[in-house]
Amino acid sequence: MFTRNPAGLAALLTFVLSAAMVFAQAPNLGKPVSPAEIAAWDINVLPDGSGLPPGSGTPADGARIYTAKCSACHGPEGKGGPSARLVGGEPVKNMSSEKTIAGFWPYSTTLFDYIRRAMPWQQPRSLTNEEVYALTAYILSQNQLIGERDAMNAQTLPKVRMPNRDGFIVRFPDRTP
Amino acid sequence: MNKTPSDRIKRELTDLQAVAGNGLLHRRALLRGGAALAGAMTGYTLLPSALGQQLTDDAWSRVPGSTVPDYGSRSRFEKDVVRTLSNPKGEPRTQHARTPHHLINGTFTPNGLHFVISHAGDPDIEPDKHRLVIHGLVKQPLVFTLDTLARYPMVSRMAFVECGGNSAPLFSPQPIQASVQALHGLVSCSEWTGVPLSTLLDEAGIDPKAKWLIAEGGDSPHLSRSVPLSKAMDDAMIALYQNGERIMPGNGYPMRLLLPGWEGNMNTKWVRRIQLTEGPGMTFYESRTYAAILPGGKAYQFYFMQEVKSFITHPSPGLAMKGPGFYEISGIAYSGYGRIAKVMVSADGGKSWAQAALQEPVHSKAFTRFRAPWRWDGGPAVLQSRAWDEAGYAQPTRTQLVAARGETAQVPPVTAFPSQHYNAIVSWSVERGGEVKHVYA
Ligand code: HEC
Repeated sequence: MFTRNPAGLAALLTFVLSAAMVFAQAPNLGKPVSPAEIAAWDINVLPDGSGLPPGSGTPADGARIYTAKCSACHGPEGKGGPSARLVGGEPVKNMSSEKTIAGFWPYSTTLFDYIRRAMPWQQPRSLTNEEVYALTAYILSQNQLIGERDAMNAQTLPKVRMPNRDGFIVRFPDRTP
Repeated sequence: MNKTPSDRIKRELTDLQAVAGNGLLHRRALLRGGAALAGAMTGYTLLPSALGQQLTDDAWSRVPGSTVPDYGSRSRFEKDVVRTLSNPKGEPRTQHARTPHHLINGTFTPNGLHFVISHAGDPDIEPDKHRLVIHGLVKQPLVFTLDTLARYPMVSRMAFVECGGNSAPLFSPQPIQASVQALHGLVSCSEWTGVPLSTLLDEAGIDPKAKWLIAEGGDSPHLSRSVPLSKAMDDAMIALYQNGERIMPGNGYPMRLLLPGWEGNMNTKWVRRIQLTEGPGMTFYESRTYAAILPGGKAYQFYFMQEVKSFITHPSPGLAMKGPGFYEISGIAYSGYGRIAKVMVSADGGKSWAQAALQEPVHSKAFTRFRAPWRWDGGPAVLQSRAWDEAGYAQPTRTQLVAARGETAQVPPVTAFPSQHYNAIVSWSVERGGEVKHVYA
């Protein structure tokens, strides 16, 4: 396609340039990835329980794992050591209050999510899903938020209602202009 | 009797009209007075022949200098300009490194002095092996390498990053005596360069149901935070460069999420995964650590914005005044809502105010250096700065902030974080001898 018409050439050039710009805005270099490929990283758990894996664990199982892998930092029975206590605590009153799991955390799913991604501190991602369920069950039961024999799994955990569930004022987006 | 040039300067200085109480001069006094006057404003150059010695060639000027290194570092005489570390042995708890704002100047933070908070140390990430995954409510989940991201059209912008807990010692009922570094060192400002996050999300194809994303780091706590999709599509960036070089390990090497103006902890460092979701994840850091308890016991959730704020860096506690005379009051102002519109400075504890000069260009959501010339008469003075942003918000007084948010019952340790998002006016008292103290005024 050759043309001697300058307007036509200009139009063609404009087309080529804008096509290049569209291309420049979207190089499309991301590689498609399958759920199986990202499974090991796909660890977010949401308050409705989505993202919770198969498996189950009881407070009794959790107690054993806790003593072996957690008590050095969080103290015997979770009452606190060099790191935060995981058991006990009052409802919060003001900024001087301690933010404990029983007194402050709004969602039980956060406990599973956080232990699975970050604990034990020096060796995160080393626990099996069963172990994380068991530890979650142990901590919830020590806090008397579930019974001593209640197993935690993808169905039961999201149903555990935390005492401070309604203790929050959502700030976003009220002051965004 | 002949008038010497310094007599003339002295007279001009005395003639300068104070525009606010206790010696605050017009912000353009320096410019109007010309170069000689500007020199005199330092307060140390008024004496005739102050030198009192003859200049000779110094030793270093009589031999060739050292070999230029392949990567430069600052003069050995500057080795004391460093961050302060809260956990220098890397014990199993969070580490904080605070920026020495009283020892630097300008509007950018040098990379080695940028503040760092690492909840379990800085990971040693191999850039070729690092991956960024975008998945969840998208048409096509995608994975990116650093090499592929480096081929995308990039943007550069100035942006401050501030920890939600910066300035938390000021929730104390008594003013804690500490440097500006200890009190306000968890904020820094850089030029960040990288790929707009919207480009990558568009490429993956956003499901209309998606309203949030959860960003996760490749550090050992796999730190995760929920971010509204609206922010991601507005000005969020996958940042690859910090002040022109690759991001520092402590600031997220090889890539971090940058959310200009929003709570530091959300600007996920070492970002490896972004999942689009309908709702927030209620992760540990958003539902516990960065939820601020209010008087009465309710707590703010999702307090994302780092609101308009300023503080004076020169003078400040630890930088003693060296005798009466002329000083430049200088500090930094910033707002997550956009540009700084105005900074006012007071030398009499807020009774009267003078407008400070703003260093141009004033960037949105970035440090703005403000300056005000001041003639200190040697008597007591209380210095304050107050900033306004282009959205119309004014920096609150401490009384206003405490009324809304409370204060601690006892004086907390200076390293504690009783609450977050403290942006009230800060007051430095200049004592008769020149010592600078932190006060509530
Ligand atoms: C080497 C010390 C160490 C060990 C061992 C350890 N943790 Fe932790 N844990 C920490 C630290 C430090 C934090 C605080 C992290 C932060 O705030 O960034 C923490 C925080 C937590 C929290 C959040 C507590 C709160 O309310 O703030 C939970 C829950 C937790 N750990 C569970 C566990 C479990 C379960 C184990 C055993 C599998 C474990 N930890 C083992 C050091 C440790």
